[in-house]
Amino acid sequence: MNNLKKKKNIKLLQGNEACAEGALLAGVKFFAGYPITPSSEIAENMARKLPKIGGKFIQMEDEIASMAAVIGASIAGLKSLTATSGPGMCLKQENLGFAIINEIPCVVVNAQRGGPSTGLPTKPSQGDMMQARWGTHGDHPIIALAPSTVNEILTLTIKAFNFSEKYRTPVILLLDEVIAHMREKVEIPAPENIEVINRKKPTVPPEEYLPFKPDEDGVPPMANFGEGYRYHITGLIHNYKGLPTSNSQEIDAFIRRLHNKIQKNIKDIIIYEKYSLDDAKIALIAYGSVARAAERTVKLAREEGLKVGLLKLLTIWPFPFEEVNRLAQQVDLIIVPEMNLGQIVLEAERAAQGKCRVVPYGRVDGELINPIEILGKIWEEIRK
Amino acid sequence: MKERIEICLSGSGGQGLILAGIILAEAAGIYDGKEAVQSQSYGPEARGGASRSEVVISNNTIDYPKVIKSDILLALTQTACDKYVKNLNKDGILVADSTLVTEVPNISNKIYLFPIAETAQKKFGTKLVTNIISLGIIVGLTEVVSQEAIKKAVCFRVPVKAKEVNEKALLLGFDIAKDLKTKK
Amino acid sequence: MKTVINNYIREGMFPNIWCPGCGNGIVLGAIIRAIDDLNWDKDKIVAVSGIGCSSRITGYVDFCTMNTTHGRALPFATGIKMANPDLKVIVVMGDGDCSAIGGNHFIHAARRNIDLTAIIINNMIYGMTGGQYSPLTPTGKFGSTAPYGNIDQSFDLCELAIAAGASYVARGTVYNPRQSTSLIKNALDKKGFSVVEIISDCPVSYGKMNKMKSPVDMLKWIKDITVSKKVWEGLSPDEKKEKYAIGEFLSKDRPDYTELYEEIIKKAQERGGNK
Repeated sequence: MNNLKKKKNIKLLQGNEACAEGALLAGVKFFAGYPITPSSEIAENMARKLPKIGGKFIQMEDEIASMAAVIGASIAGLKSLTATSGPGMCLKQENLGFAIINEIPCVVVNAQRGGPSTGLPTKPSQGDMMQARWGTHGDHPIIALAPSTVNEILTLTIKAFNFSEKYRTPVILLLDEVIAHMREKVEIPAPENIEVINRKKPTVPPEEYLPFKPDEDGVPPMANFGEGYRYHITGLIHNYKGLPTSNSQEIDAFIRRLHNKIQKNIKDIIIYEKYSLDDAKIALIAYGSVARAAERTVKLAREEGLKVGLLKLLTIWPFPFEEVNRLAQQVDLIIVPEMNLGQIVLEAERAAQGKCRVVPYGRVDGELINPIEILGKIWEEIRK
Repeated sequence: MKERIEICLSGSGGQGLILAGIILAEAAGIYDGKEAVQSQSYGPEARGGASRSEVVISNNTIDYPKVIKSDILLALTQTACDKYVKNLNKDGILVADSTLVTEVPNISNKIYLFPIAETAQKKFGTKLVTNIISLGIIVGLTEVVSQEAIKKAVCFRVPVKAKEVNEKALLLGFDIAKDLKTKK
Repeated sequence: MKTVINNYIREGMFPNIWCPGCGNGIVLGAIIRAIDDLNWDKDKIVAVSGIGCSSRITGYVDFCTMNTTHGRALPFATGIKMANPDLKVIVVMGDGDCSAIGGNHFIHAARRNIDLTAIIINNMIYGMTGGQYSPLTPTGKFGSTAPYGNIDQSFDLCELAIAAGASYVARGTVYNPRQSTSLIKNALDKKGFSVVEIISDCPVSYGKMNKMKSPVDMLKWIKDITVSKKVWEGLSPDEKKEKYAIGEFLSKDRPDYTELYEEIIKKAQERGGNK
């Protein structure tokens, strides 16, 4: 009746709260976790809200168990989430690999704090970017997203669930302490305005179901346990039936398919934003909370007559190789500010293929990089 | 008023500074319809230790979410005052608790001193409302958000039982601000 | 000859990977017979295992099955059971799997009393990796990593499960398959966390290093070291050190975790709102 005048749902939300809201909008029904700063508010929100919608929350004995429970719940049919920070992320790696090899949809949030080890529990860092890519052993693909505003935390959490269901893969959402704890105005979209993707179900009867035989898109349809399809799931490399194999052709095809189902869809998966790049001669590449400092730097630099632009990465893995490569052909210099001593800058350098200079700007004192220091770095490089 | 205003609320853990920051951001963002970001920096202690809550308010989209140079600084401990006053804008203002901050920095800024915590204890029998009186003073002095907006935000965020006392504390803050202004 | 076993196995997976004389097959048989007695719907049974020889059991049975990571079978199973409490979830573990790397998960599953049945095949050794000692290797026995004898004191897994809060706890052996079948059946039928430890033989690793070269020697040894619960209670403390009690130790009623969580859902929904 009054659809046109529907009131917008605007709230001041903490980053972690927005993550929980996004997950609920995406259809999350299960959360397992272990308390750790600066991610605990996600668990607290889930503990409060999941039972209201008939979902389940469980606080497990550690992060290894949390990751296992999340995978178990997903196999039994519920969209599942866990959230942690560096020390807990280390423990998640074991079963993250299990989720990858068995193509189990789930979302893992890492609200990054300073490391290594216990590091800086209450201070931000972007030190886990490479861990997100290669943290679990074996040659595997991964999808990792990095929002830079509270609003993006909400939208990218939904995206993370959608990617995980569509491509049958765990998806890592990389926050940092700044945006995890920051509060900002968020417009919570109405459920009818959100695209929610659910896993493909088998269309064949149980006796014909091959649980790991891919469709043309490289993704096998997934039957949930208890739905009449009895099959085996194993952390061993397996054949179409899901049974362990030592056939080298099957092994090769399996590992390649895992990679290809992501690689073939990078157009869908890779998300980024461009700021003032059209005429830029110097580009900043940034992500997470640092991207917001960089955005400000662009304005400051332009006031000083410098043609600076920003490529803000929202998808970190797979890395937007093509986009960075094109950018390197356009600009003379790429600066990658990040709260580590050079992680994503290595990928940027690889993607630039020597077509322009690529330099890091790192800060590791537990404080967010500020726009002035990035501007200082730009001038320093110009004067070189 | 400036396009972007940066506020730093500083003191120690347990003084309710993070909540004060949230209320201020909510007043600006939700009730005044501006853009607002609240962030914080804190140590491992739940009580004591240094605590800082930052609010950035703007008419436009906020890029960098933290304080670069504060326009308004609230200092509820000497340590916080000493640390954050260095980052106060030339034309920024300092609001400090006169009992807790005894060594007032020698700066040319506008400085407003008042025994906030002591007054909270005397008038309401609890220091818990120090943060809300402080907000009243800041809003009364600067109009950084509207009085209407901060009232709504206080009522929304504090527990139902504590609503009345917090509302009174806020109004007291407005009155203190009036006095401080006329004294200047 | 077709037997009841054939109705529950994935015949394409045989022959199995177990060594001749291994006790795992006897346990597999006991589990299947217990399930058959209960007449459960195969579509609603989930079997979860960790890593080790015993964990290969899940590959051989025709249910929804999952061979997970080392020690983690219980938390995977916890997620499955929480997500769909209608499923019957059976967890098969080895002694190292359950009590060493998975020890923490074991006590917490028991503490929660989540409705899972844990079957621990205790051959007192890491068989698959070549005979290293486990937390259930008796003191003084030999392993490839205990070449001078094991100085560790072993767990009594059943006592541990009782102390941690399980609803049902029993111990059987591969020498007494009928008893084991009935203990497993009781455990499966019990609401809450149920534990059945089955003492089993690994002639290739444990036997070889402990002067029991043949499966028959090992089974005789298992017969010698086990006594009924009743007999065990009459033994002196010194005699008890040499023996294992077998039988049912505990069967009590305590609300299972998934039931308790249903109460949480009710409470949360009664309170309403989205705050």
